[in-house]
Amino acid sequence: MIWGPVAFLVFGLLGGAFLLALLRLLRGPTLSDRAIALDLLGVVMVALIGANMLLSEETLYLDVFVVFAIVVFFGTIALARYIEKRIQDDD
Amino acid sequence: MIEWAVNILAVGGAFFVFVAGLGVLRMPDIYLRIHAATKASSLGIGLLLIALILMDPTAPVIVKSVLMIFFVFLTAPVAAHMIGRAAYLHHTQGWAGTKKDELKDKYAADHTKLDS
Repeated sequence: MIWGPVAFLVFGLLGGAFLLALLRLLRGPTLSDRAIALDLLGVVMVALIGANMLLSEETLYLDVFVVFAIVVFFGTIALARYIEKRIQDDD
Repeated sequence: MIEWAVNILAVGGAFFVFVAGLGVLRMPDIYLRIHAATKASSLGIGLLLIALILMDPTAPVIVKSVLMIFFVFLTAPVAAHMIGRAAYLHHTQGWAGTKKDELKDKYAADHTKLDS
């Protein structure tokens, strides 16, 4: 239902957020920076699914949205646990 | 009228997700990056889901969208807390302008247990 120019704006902003998070993922000095950048990449992808549903007026992808958000959350949790457990190996 | 609201909410949601990306790239240390990424992005997702509810106000869409809003607002802080905790346990330093570190000297020598 969103109009053409608005769709350009919405997808441009989301793509810009994706690129900025990707830059931080490549640059990030510590592993935690990369973890938060990956988390944001997943959130941007979830937002892209939502924006696509708004553009195509097709709410079938809401289930994909739900599952993807849960997968992103558990991925971030697992990565954070891994970073925390790495302390014992450091020293 | 509803179309206007959907468009404005969609642009607002995309804008806040973009602000989250900008914060993750431009903030000076890990703790400020977590702060920027978590709050702005969950607000953006919430606005996009409200736009979706307004676009198609049928029962399954409303139930799933409201459930997802609660889920995002519940899990984003948990993930941010765990990453911040992992970074702090690795002795990641804040940037030069850090004023306060209330957890300093509160962790035991093996820095896994908090002895408050």
